[in-house]
Formats: sequence, structure tokens, C-alpha cells
Amino acid sequence: MTDTTANAAHFEAQGAHAAHHDADHKPGFFARWFMSTNHKDIGTLYLIFAIVAGIIGGTISGLMRTELAEPGIQYLQAWAGAGATADEASHLWNVLITAHGLIMVFFMVMPAMIGGFGNWFVPLMIGAPDMAFPRMNNISFWLLVPAFLLLLGSAFVPGGTGNGAGVGWTVYAPLSTSGSSGPAVDMAIFSLHLAGASSILGAINFITTIFNMRAPGMTLHKMPLFVWSILVTVFLLLLALPVLAGAITMLLTDRNFGTHFFDASGGGDPVLYQHLFWFFGHPEVYIMILPGFGMISQVIATFSRKPVFGYLGMAYAMVAIGVIGFVVWAHHMFTVGMDVNTKMYFTAATMVIAVPTGIKIFSWIATMWGGSLTFETPMMWALGFIFMFTVGGVTGVVLANGGIDNNVHDTYYVVAHFHYVLSLGAVFSLFAGFYYWFGKMSGRMYNELLGQLHFWGFFIGVNLLFFPMHFLGMQGMQRRVPNYADAYAGWNEVASWGFYILAGSMAFFFINVLWSFLAGRKAPDNYWGEGATTLEWTLSSPPPFHQFETLPRID
Amino acid sequence: MKTLLKLIAVAAAFGMAPALAVTPDAPPGTTDAPGAQAMAQTPRDAISANSQAKPAQPEEFNKPAANLQEPSNQQVLASSAAESATGAVVGQPESDAYGFQPQVTPIGQEALWFHNKILMPLITIISLFVLALLLFVVIRFRRSAHPVPSRTTHNTFLEVVWTLVPVLILVGIAVPSIRLLAHQYNPPKADITVKATGNQWYWTYSYPDHGDFEIVSNGLKDEDAAKRGEPRLLAVDERMVVPQGAVVKVIVTSADVIHSWGVPAFWAKIDAVPGRLNETWFKVDRPGVYYGQCFELCGARHAYMPIAVEVLPPAQFAAWVASKGGTMPGATPAKGPDSTAASPITNPAPQPGQPTPGGPEATPKPTLTPGTATPAATNQAAETTRGN
Repeated sequence: MTDTTANAAHFEAQGAHAAHHDADHKPGFFARWFMSTNHKDIGTLYLIFAIVAGIIGGTISGLMRTELAEPGIQYLQAWAGAGATADEASHLWNVLITAHGLIMVFFMVMPAMIGGFGNWFVPLMIGAPDMAFPRMNNISFWLLVPAFLLLLGSAFVPGGTGNGAGVGWTVYAPLSTSGSSGPAVDMAIFSLHLAGASSILGAINFITTIFNMRAPGMTLHKMPLFVWSILVTVFLLLLALPVLAGAITMLLTDRNFGTHFFDASGGGDPVLYQHLFWFFGHPEVYIMILPGFGMISQVIATFSRKPVFGYLGMAYAMVAIGVIGFVVWAHHMFTVGMDVNTKMYFTAATMVIAVPTGIKIFSWIATMWGGSLTFETPMMWALGFIFMFTVGGVTGVVLANGGIDNNVHDTYYVVAHFHYVLSLGAVFSLFAGFYYWFGKMSGRMYNELLGQLHFWGFFIGVNLLFFPMHFLGMQGMQRRVPNYADAYAGWNEVASWGFYILAGSMAFFFINVLWSFLAGRKAPDNYWGEGATTLEWTLSSPPPFHQFETLPRID
Repeated sequence: MKTLLKLIAVAAAFGMAPALAVTPDAPPGTTDAPGAQAMAQTPRDAISANSQAKPAQPEEFNKPAANLQEPSNQQVLASSAAESATGAVVGQPESDAYGFQPQVTPIGQEALWFHNKILMPLITIISLFVLALLLFVVIRFRRSAHPVPSRTTHNTFLEVVWTLVPVLILVGIAVPSIRLLAHQYNPPKADITVKATGNQWYWTYSYPDHGDFEIVSNGLKDEDAAKRGEPRLLAVDERMVVPQGAVVKVIVTSADVIHSWGVPAFWAKIDAVPGRLNETWFKVDRPGVYYGQCFELCGARHAYMPIAVEVLPPAQFAAWVASKGGTMPGATPAKGPDSTAASPITNPAPQPGQPTPGGPEATPKPTLTPGTATPAATNQAAETTRGN
């Protein structure tokens, strides 16, 4: 784009390619999808990857809910295979919970939010032709594939009591070191290394893109909130992931090279691992939800036909959440035996996060206030998100109290809490974004009826699934068990029914996607009308292969 | 659109109904715990005690002979079915319940009061408030009722309000929360000390004040639990027994991976970390059996290492101690008939060559249990049985 003077050669060159729009020249299949440098194609790859991982992770939750539907062991023994001992069957359970957690966090939510929607829409929203480092973008994605294969493969090699890594997604030492012999845990650790490297490269790419490639006139304070959310998220990634990489590398050397970082008998400390892990792990939960905040802001503004209320407050609330997110990690460890002052500090600091989160909730409602609301599928997911995230948020305030957490720590109350903010928060925002942008990405409109059915089925399902878990947790049911005391049977059965409803609703989702590709009506440029004001709506649906060859100008 | 709105209302009501149901049916909560409770932490320089427990398998722990000289076993049958005056099941989970287990310790009652009288109403009100706002906005500002959107994007007063009000609410929560923590960490003088050691996958309890005997506590198989009339997956063969009304200090550590010792009815939970001696405490006035489980993922049989604490009147406790070959503090050692069956744990002296992470400080700390002759859990030479 350096040659801005119109000269004959320039026009001749364009004329020669007039038959197939120069901007839309696509490489052949293999080069396009396996050697891609195009942010939209890479975003599509990420989304497909996330859907595949989501199916696998969701199937695992289905297995778990089926086993948990009744007290006692019904299916686990059969799943573990003929000839498996009871311990091997129980170990399989731990492999399932570990895989479910790692897959959903690292291979579903993160790739979908940052890799998928981030890649697709950050360049479009800031008026950039592509990401700053297109080839690095490609390697970010292709690191994720071997990472996922390593994790899946780990289920088939010895991991101590049985095959697979049964250490929980937190990989606590010493269960993950001296407690699990065999290569499975090593493979899981390598998988995290690769996924982490992929995310760090992606983070560098996004930071560079957002800081350097905004269209003329788009100051930081004019960026759409989704771009803000990705910017904050990738900073969290960049600062948190190296700590995880260090911690799991120490696990690796403890396991294989005789170091004693986390081995008390050698002068190490198992609790050190937890500090390192949660220094990464707590920002990680904001990494999973912040892009969702951004998407919800776009969706709410669009369907209210009104600009976002309190834009600066919304942007800096996310920054504040990101910053505070780094200084609250030990609330995940309230029962490790901390001294009272530490516990008081982490109690207070954790509660502070409720303030910027509250600002966001109220600003979304204020955005709708005075608007002209319609309730297409993305808006339904966004409305569901606001309320469900509030419910998950207030139980977070309960858990923040060290004295209360003392009883509910590592119980189903915690499981309920983080599924309310993730399964009903992050996942709702993912679906909101998917329906919101599906027409833009594919050029075909989704089916509104199927979308609504999907939403209502999913909404009822997840609530039935996760709300009773609060009760189970308060009654003392511990996490990560395949078998439980008979008193917990009632609510567990309800939860399992919730899962079946949720799973049924997913059929509408897949049918909808298929239907849209086969018979969906063609999507116009801006199919949401006056409320959709960001730059991606100025382009065709789907956008040209290379967009913004002439940079848009923001006034 | 109209039907959609109705659907929203129905769904929202559905989402909220359980939240309302959670509203406390609190057992009499105490607003203050004068005795102040605590969960103090032991010096982290301590190294894991050496567990000499036999690597028992649950299957092996089923000897009917065990019933003979355990006063606790008769007590068990009586007390496990015990119900509180209100009819609620105490010490174990209750079917289809939607609140916390009834609390039997002062800390538990204070925490329960804090949760049921402050936190729960507050979060219910906040959730309902957000829901009401959402419903109002959805109905009032739907396109058919409000076709022309306003362009308002700022209201400084509102923004200040919804920043400051949550801050004030949180400060209001922080006061009782910090007070609860202070009480948990400020225990009265301990009357007895029990050391709980997590093992894959059973607990051992030793009684350093009572001749340092040790019991191995394995989960019962389903049939055996049924035979004893105890809850499945919660019953154990040998319970941790403590006297009624005593301040019990529990020193918790682990011999292998991290476990977590927790009894929901006591509001007590503390991780068993190898290389550390963590500490929690409780005081129960009501005799009975209180069940808990291991709360930290510890490998294949994580679901199968229950905890059962039996609270007995002091006389029966003394009899129980004697039956285990222990001695009451101050009493002349009375050898039980089968003291070898539950042999006292041996304390190997720290070996000079062995690295002791605690350094020179790794010496017995008699201050841990003032008033008792025997030092509580002292640091012992670490024996590494792991090596794979």
C-alpha cells in the first residue's frame, strides 16, 4: 500500500485481475488451510478446533454425569475395559475429570475466544488488513494440534494406577510427581507446554496488532470493547503463562531428573507448586471470561440499538479485573494452611474484584435502558449471560470469605460456582458471539427458530445441571469422586437430567450450522441493522479474503 | 416477541426459584463465639512425620473381633442414627437438603450464622435485583414499546453509585468475615491433641497425649457399612474418638500425596500436605458420630477414604483410650490387654546425616500443647518411601 499514486501500471495490473477480485484471490486448498497466513482462515481453523475439542470435552462430561446419576459405580468398570481392577476404574475417573478440565480450558474456551473470535474480528474491528505476524499466527494454531494430540494420547499410556493422567487439571504435586509413574503425566505436561507456547505467541501477535495496526483515527479509547477485552486478555496470557510453564517444567524435572522442587523429603515444598499454579490459574479464569465480556458488550449494544453505556468505565473495569486478577491467587488455596493475615488479605483482595464486575453488569443493563430491544438468538445468550454470570459472581463473593471457604472448599459448591461463571458465562458468551457473527463469517444466516430452541434447551439444562450442585456442596459432597454417599443421590440425579437436556439442545446447534450452510439465506453486509456499528459490518459477508487494502478512516 | 418475553419470565423464575429456596433454615446460630476459635498453622519448617502405618487395604479391615473391646461401637449404633432436636440429621449429609449440615462447633455456628444471615440474603437480593432490572428493561424497552432508542451513554452520578454501593456492601461483608477468620485462628487452649495422617487411601490417627498410640482408619465396604447401619462411603472401621466438650487440636499431615481432612459438621477442613504439620481444631459438646471425607484429589481411591469422628463422654473416652493401649494424661500407665494390637507409633530419632529441612529448629515444640506432658506432633526424620 505504499504506492498510493494512481499510475498506468497500477491500473493495468488491477484490470488484468478484474475477472477474479484481486482481494479475493485464495490459494489452493492445502496452502489455504495448512499454510495459512490469513487471520480469518486461521480464526476459522481455531473455531473448528474448538468445536471438535468441545465435543470431546462435552462427551466426557456426559460420561461423568451418566456415572454420577446414581450412587455407586454403574458404568466406570465397564468403560475401564474387561479385566480392569476397581482401582484402574477409579483411576479412569480421575483421567476423565482431568481431561474434561484441560480440554475445556485450553482446547475449547481459549482457542474459541482468543484464537477464533479474536483472530477473526480484532483485525476487522480495528480496520487492519491482517494480524501483525501472519506466519506466527499460523504456528500458534498448529502448535495447538500436537498439544491436543499429546493430551488425548496420554489417556492411552500408563499413568500410575492405570492408563492416563489422573491428577486433575491443576496437576498438584506430589500426586503428579511421585504419585503418578509412567509417561501419561509427562505427556500431559508437554501438552500444556505446547498449548502455552501457542498462547504466548498469539498474545504477542495480538498486542502488536492492536497497538500498531489500528486504522487512522482509531485511538485506544475508540476501540470497540471486544478489542479492549482481547487486549487485556492477551496481556494476562503473556504474564501468566510463563509462570505455568516454569511450574510444570519443575514438575517435569521432579518427575524425571531427581530435583526436589515440590518434594518435602528433599527440602522442597508441595505448596510452592500450588502458589505457582494459581498465580497462573487465577488470571487464567479471567482469560477465559474477559473476551466474553467484550462479545457481550458488542451484542448488547447492537440489539439495544444504542452505544455501550459508560464505555471508558467498561474498558477500565476490564483492565482493573486483569490487574486485581494477579493478586488474589491464594484464595484457591485457603485450606493449605496459610497464616491468618495472608488469609485475611486474600479474602479482602478477592472481594474487591466484585466492584469492577458489578460496574460491567450495571453498565450492560444501562446500555439496554432506553434502547429499542429485539431478542434475536445472540441477544438471548447475552441476557442469559448477564443473569447467570451474576449468580456465579455472587457465589464467588461467598467463596471469597476464607472462613466460609473453609467448609465449601473442594466441594461441589465450588464446582457449581465456576461452572456458573464458565459454563454459563464463558460458554454463553461464546454462543452469543457465534450466532452474532455466524452470518458475517460464513455468509449464510443461521436459523432463528433453531437458535432459540438451542438457547432455551441449553439454558434450562445448565441450570438444572449446576444449580443443585450448590446444595450438594453445602451438604459436604467432595469434588472429583465417581461414587458418593447415598444422601447426595437426589440432586445428582437432577444434575444428570440437566446434562441430558443440555446435550439434547446441542443437537439444535449442530443442525442449525448444517442447515445454515446448506439452506441458509445469504447474509447481507450488515444484517443486524442500525445497532451494529463496528467496522466488520462495513464489509461484505463473508469479508473479502484481504480486507481494508485502503485503510478506513475513523473520525 | 410477546411469547418470547413470557418465556424469558418463566425461565428467569425457574432460574431464581432454587436460589430463593436456599434461604436459610438455620439452626440456632450464635452471633458471637466468645470462646474464639481457630485454625492455627503450625511451623512450616516441620517435616512430615514418619508414618509407620501398615499399608492396609479396606478389604482387610473387617474383623468382627474389633467389636469386642470398643466401647465406641455400641455407641456408634446409637449415635449414628441420632437426630437433633429439630429432627435434622446431624453429622452426615441429608437427602435432598439444600443448606449446610447442622453445625456442632462454635466456629461452625458462627460461620453458619454469617452465611445464612448475611451472605445468603445479600446474594439473593443482589441476584433478584439484577433479574428485576433485566426483566424491567426487557419489557419496558422492547422494540414494539420503545421504537426510538435514546443516545444516553453517560451518567456520572449513576456510575459513581454503582461503584460505591458495592464497595460499601463488601466492607460490610468484610467485617464479620475477618472476625470469623480471627476466631478460627485464635483457638482456646487445647485439651487434647490428635495427629491425623493422610495415606493413600486411609487415615491414621495418633494420640500423642495418651501414650502416642495409633489407630488406622479404613473406609468400610458397602456391605459392612450396611451391616453396622452406617452411611455408605462415610463409615470407617476405626473412628477417631475424642471426648465431649474438649478443645481438640488436630495436627494434619500426609505420608504420600496431598489429602485434605474435613468434617462438614465442624466447619473444619485442612489439607494434609507431606512435609507440613497443619493444624485445625474443634470443640463438640454433643456426643455422636460426625462424618467427613478426604477433600483433595489423592489418586484412585480418593472417593474411598472417609473420616468419622466420634465424640464420647469423657469416661467412655478414657475407656476407649485404655482399650487401645493408651494412657490418660496424668494417670499411671495401664497396659491394655492387647496393647500390641495397636502398638504405639515408634519415634525414630532424627538421623544426623539426614537433611532436615527445618534445620536446627526441627526439634520438638512443647508449646504446641501446653498443659500436657507429651509434646504434640514432633518432627521426625523423614522417611522417603517414594522413589518412582
